[in-house]
Amino acid sequence: MNLIRIKYTKWFNIFKSGIKTNNPIFVAALGLCSALAVSNTVENAIAMGLGVTFVTMVSSMFVSMFRNYIPSKLRIVTYMVIISTFTIFVQKFLQAYFPDIYSSLGAYVGLIITNCIVMGRAEAFAVKNPYRYSLIDGFASGMGYTFVLVFVALIREPLAFGTILGYQVMPAGFTLWASMAIAPGGFFILGIMIWILRTWAKSYEQEV
Amino acid sequence: MLELFINSILSNNIALTLILGMCPLIAISTNVKNARGMGIAVILVVTITAVINYPIFQLLKMTGTEDVSLLVFIITIAATVQILELLLEKYIPSLYSAFGIYLPLITVNCVVLAVSQFFVNRDYTYGQTTVFALGSSIGWLLAIVLVASIREKLAVYGNLPKGLKGKAIVFMILGILALAFAGFSGLSL
Repeated sequence: MNLIRIKYTKWFNIFKSGIKTNNPIFVAALGLCSALAVSNTVENAIAMGLGVTFVTMVSSMFVSMFRNYIPSKLRIVTYMVIISTFTIFVQKFLQAYFPDIYSSLGAYVGLIITNCIVMGRAEAFAVKNPYRYSLIDGFASGMGYTFVLVFVALIREPLAFGTILGYQVMPAGFTLWASMAIAPGGFFILGIMIWILRTWAKSYEQEV
Repeated sequence: MLELFINSILSNNIALTLILGMCPLIAISTNVKNARGMGIAVILVVTITAVINYPIFQLLKMTGTEDVSLLVFIITIAATVQILELLLEKYIPSLYSAFGIYLPLITVNCVVLAVSQFFVNRDYTYGQTTVFALGSSIGWLLAIVLVASIREKLAVYGNLPKGLKGKAIVFMILGILALAFAGFSGLSL
């Protein structure tokens, strides 16, 4: 990895766009299934975010390294094979070292394969760029995803379980909101966050 | 069997309770006609791939290589979608043109892979797998059509704040629907 040779501005810009202006969840609405499903506790959100970051980063790099050898008609299948190889890595790693997190994430770990962020970065960035930039781009997209996940989880976990990372934060008399722990909580929080962000950034969407 | 079927449609609705297949659900739910097309294509692909993946998984299990099952499943799914597309184009062109772009998009719909993962995790039999696959995908069709019909009306009659237009309101709709579906199983912590 020869990061020093990359001009500072270039990789910094790629990084910034992945996290802020091109945030995969808020701006493009990609990778939502896992974002909504695992963001009920901070611990799960961090594990899932790092898993996705790793897979996006490494598979972007590999797609980019082999980009001149992949026939364009077979590219989607090739991406799938590369992505699922690294997803199996993550799955086995969690299973071996963090069995608790693995069992609470369940099938969602395997579903990193169909997370549109991974495929999206491979198709939109990695096939056209050298592997060093692709690595940074994958990392930035993954981190943008992780930030949102952790942020949502920071709202949901206290309301649903009264804790953050297992530590009690809510006063003892607080009635826990059961709906925050399940699907509707994720939908409402993400919906409200997008609403606030759009109003704040004044970037509105035209309904088609 | 029957209770598994009804459970997988309503109380364990794959879109509204398990939150799967969200990207296409949000992208293609602007009108009911497209939503229905996508939903029917999903039913077809999910059921066929589950039926194909089950014996393949048993084979992998026999040879002790079930660790790579994810890789094998995703290839089966991609191949099934491709073959289905070719077959439809050749023999039922009217259906093919009705499905249009939905079919290739299904490869990245996580419902398909999730159903294959669930029968592994839950040790279903062959019959249960088929019923579960069919039920889950019908549940997905139900969810996307519900969202699409609300969005269609909102686009005409709704007077929403500017920032809420587009994705934000879809999340609100989904949240309210999900709350309603949570009523099928009850709220508990």
